[in-house]
Amino acid sequence: MAAPMTLLLIVAVTIRAVLYRSGVADLVSERVEVVSPLTAWKRVVEGLALLDLGVSPYSGDVFHETPLIIYLFHFLVDYAEITFMLADVITAVALYMAVKDYNKQVFRKQKYALEADRYPLDCLELIRSPGEMYYIPLKVAMCYLLNPFTVLSCVAKSTCGLNNAVIALFILSTVKGNMLLSAIFLSLATYQSIYPLTLSAAALLYLIFWWFVAQYAFMYLGSLLVLVGLSFFLLGFWDYLPSVYGFILSVPDLTPNIGLFWDFFAEMFEHFRLFFLCVFQINVFFYTLPLSIKLKEHPVFLIFMQLAVISIFKSYPTVGDISLYLAFLPVWSHLHRFLRNIFLVSCVLLACSALFPVLWHLWIYAGSANSNFYYAITLLFNVAQILLVSDYFYAFLRREHHLSYGLYLKRKDGSEATLVLK
Amino acid sequence: MGLLSDPNRRRALIGLLTRLNAPIWGMPVDWLVKTMQSRGLEVFTQRFSRRLPFPDEDKERYMVKGTNVYGILRAPRAPRTEALVLSAPCTAGDHNNQAVGLLLGLAQYFRNQVYWAKDIIFLVNEHDLIGMQAWLEGYHHTNTTGMDWSPLQGRGGSIQAALSLELSSDVVTSLDLVLEGLNGQLPNLDLANLFYAFCQKIGVLCTTQGKLQRNDWDSVSGYSHAVQTMMLMAMKQASGRPWGDHGLFLRYHIEAATIKGINSFRQYKTDATTVGRLLEGMYRKLNNLLERLHQSYFFYLMSSLSHFVSIGYYMPAFGLLGVILLLRALDLWVQLASPPPRTEDGVVDADPGVLSVLTPLVISHLTGAALYTLPIHFQEMAVEHFPVSETEAVVLTAIAVYTAGLALPHNTNRLLTGQGTEQGWKVLKLVAVLYLAVLLGCTALINFSLGFILALTLVPVAAFVTPNVPKVLSAFVLVVLSPACTLLFSVFFFQELQEMPVSFLDGWMLYLSVISQGILDHALYGSLVYPLVALLVYPCWLLFWNILFWK
Repeated sequence: MAAPMTLLLIVAVTIRAVLYRSGVADLVSERVEVVSPLTAWKRVVEGLALLDLGVSPYSGDVFHETPLIIYLFHFLVDYAEITFMLADVITAVALYMAVKDYNKQVFRKQKYALEADRYPLDCLELIRSPGEMYYIPLKVAMCYLLNPFTVLSCVAKSTCGLNNAVIALFILSTVKGNMLLSAIFLSLATYQSIYPLTLSAAALLYLIFWWFVAQYAFMYLGSLLVLVGLSFFLLGFWDYLPSVYGFILSVPDLTPNIGLFWDFFAEMFEHFRLFFLCVFQINVFFYTLPLSIKLKEHPVFLIFMQLAVISIFKSYPTVGDISLYLAFLPVWSHLHRFLRNIFLVSCVLLACSALFPVLWHLWIYAGSANSNFYYAITLLFNVAQILLVSDYFYAFLRREHHLSYGLYLKRKDGSEATLVLK
Repeated sequence: MGLLSDPNRRRALIGLLTRLNAPIWGMPVDWLVKTMQSRGLEVFTQRFSRRLPFPDEDKERYMVKGTNVYGILRAPRAPRTEALVLSAPCTAGDHNNQAVGLLLGLAQYFRNQVYWAKDIIFLVNEHDLIGMQAWLEGYHHTNTTGMDWSPLQGRGGSIQAALSLELSSDVVTSLDLVLEGLNGQLPNLDLANLFYAFCQKIGVLCTTQGKLQRNDWDSVSGYSHAVQTMMLMAMKQASGRPWGDHGLFLRYHIEAATIKGINSFRQYKTDATTVGRLLEGMYRKLNNLLERLHQSYFFYLMSSLSHFVSIGYYMPAFGLLGVILLLRALDLWVQLASPPPRTEDGVVDADPGVLSVLTPLVISHLTGAALYTLPIHFQEMAVEHFPVSETEAVVLTAIAVYTAGLALPHNTNRLLTGQGTEQGWKVLKLVAVLYLAVLLGCTALINFSLGFILALTLVPVAAFVTPNVPKVLSAFVLVVLSPACTLLFSVFFFQELQEMPVSFLDGWMLYLSVISQGILDHALYGSLVYPLVALLVYPCWLLFWNILFWK
């Protein structure tokens, strides 16, 4: 599998290099669907300039990324394109290795269950074979690297690519069982944007004993403190806390993006703002507990669901966040027979992706539309994503149910039954 | 095809022009500057130059160099934040010889009034649309088309509205209002209503699309007259070209319209003074505006000056056409998702489906890219080998690439690796139908008439084509309904609607010039029709052609 993977990496890097050299890079780095006030490269350059002048990069409400990023690019600003391409490559390779390991674990669990005779006889067609699972890691890497969303995000030099790389490394270390690295990468991801905190539930599900859980929590919190302290020592003042975390949580900038916050908060009365802010932010973290309880035996699926929930409901999503969880879809390709809405969802996602630039043009340049048109497409896009995620959830649970109770369900009197997700 | 089709005469002309380093027919720049200054305006000039990608045979120009002259009437007691523009194109010959005179007369009259709250810019542009594009780009500090212009020395604030005048005689029988702008963009309907209401008040006859309004809406002939007017507007909008100098203002969010004076055989003629009073009234109304015109519709089709169809009425018609495609896609999905039972051989069956679809997609888009880039890039080579002028070379290369694309299905089938050919064409058709639906939807949002005309011709074909229909008949139907033939028929239909029917040969020449104008519009002003058709609609049509000839 090394040869196809290398070929894929070469193709992906070539596509990105070609696009960097063409005029597309300037156009794309200003599209609001691809960059947000948190991740825009323009703002990183601005922050670097301010740092060179000796002023805090957080003055003037321009730069909202973490101090570690600014120090990373302080040394690497001339090689920025290579950095982002490398981040994409690291993400793809990490996902490849993680999925390969995960497939091995799944197959092993299935073998034990078969030997222990835990599956009813008629669901043999639901059992997965190694042949079918052989190409899945390569497909995952392909889905990530050749996804137009990822390519656009890389060409625009959005720091979302770095965030994706850290999350992918976290997934790899969790699946491999390396707790220290998993805690460190998770704390890096949380340090950059707060929402990956919810992924800690999935990491904890890999552990069984309370002592390990306590160890993990200690390592996680410890690394987080180290990072925060390091940032303070590098910069010398604490003003990055309100600029980064305060910005993510209190959403002061209402630039249009593909998320749900901007138009809603633009229309709101001031004295309800705090209430709705809390409601929207709790919405991201709220699904962690119920999902972890339901999916306690399937932590990787839980990670997939959490990533999707984060990318839909976070305060400043971009297409780079979406491409990370879309890369996981080949892992669940055995669920295709149970998916109910896949056609509708893919049509709507395709149509919305095409309509985003059209309605932006009509609103901003032609002046014939207004923000409601663009927000409508945003809403439709997010509804389609939610439908996609809930469809996969349904299909996953249904397959588990069939594996326990048989494929052709019969009611107590012998007639055929249908499954309903309540 | 025109003055420049003989290569020797063309070379002689170009040599003469470059030797003199000045156009033979030019604008009297110094006289205009002096006259405007004597009327008390602040006068500035702007030089611009542009080399067209190939000679324009309709207007007989290749290397365009010119000067725009504009004078600013400063509002006496207001801050200089907003402006209005009155423009008149200055071309040689009889086409538009009275407009500049009326403009200067109005300038003198306006100068003596005290009620102006906005600056008024009197613009005389040379080489009509090219000069206007240079002026607008200079005014807004953008450079999207690669033109070379000198920066503007004087400005007037953000432009709220603009009117462009075209007058060929000093008495008119009616005034024609032209609304269609670049890429089918229209000004706010309020501007058209304003003009019509004021014309009625003054008592000047006002028309749209050159057709008079009729009072008998209930009769069949009245209804068909209204439908003809609306179809004329739809075809003008679909062409994507600005039908007056106002068309380029719309892109900068400035409401603009062109007023053409028509002198036909009627007894009652309006003289220039009444037209001047009309324009003064229009400008006083625009002067009193507190905000930009945005309350009325931006998307409409006018069947007469007092009747229109808004987007809420015409979009459902388009939506129903789109639903046909979506239903066909759903039908194909259901057929694909329930295949006959196969023996398990452990091969992943989704992959060959995707790969076999990829080959026709890539080849169709490469052909589309060839249609977009080859005509202009290879015109020199074509001129060397064939006895044609550059314009003819460009147009004939475009037609040749288009026709060469028809030969492709017989080659791509050899490269395909699809197993289960029954599945293969269904997957391709599903992708093609969804692609067409999204493409037509996006086009209809930006330029409704273009999207609707393309939908009318492409949707029935797209829904019904399969490899199992009779090949010869469906190939004929598919070619007849392809974008190029639609354009050919539209040219004849357009001439019929304007009551100037043409013979077949003249129509063919007109068709060739329409193609060359389309390519030029894209290069000069950024019109989207040519890239849309070449890069997106034509490859989509080629996918259906591939499906028809699937083995």
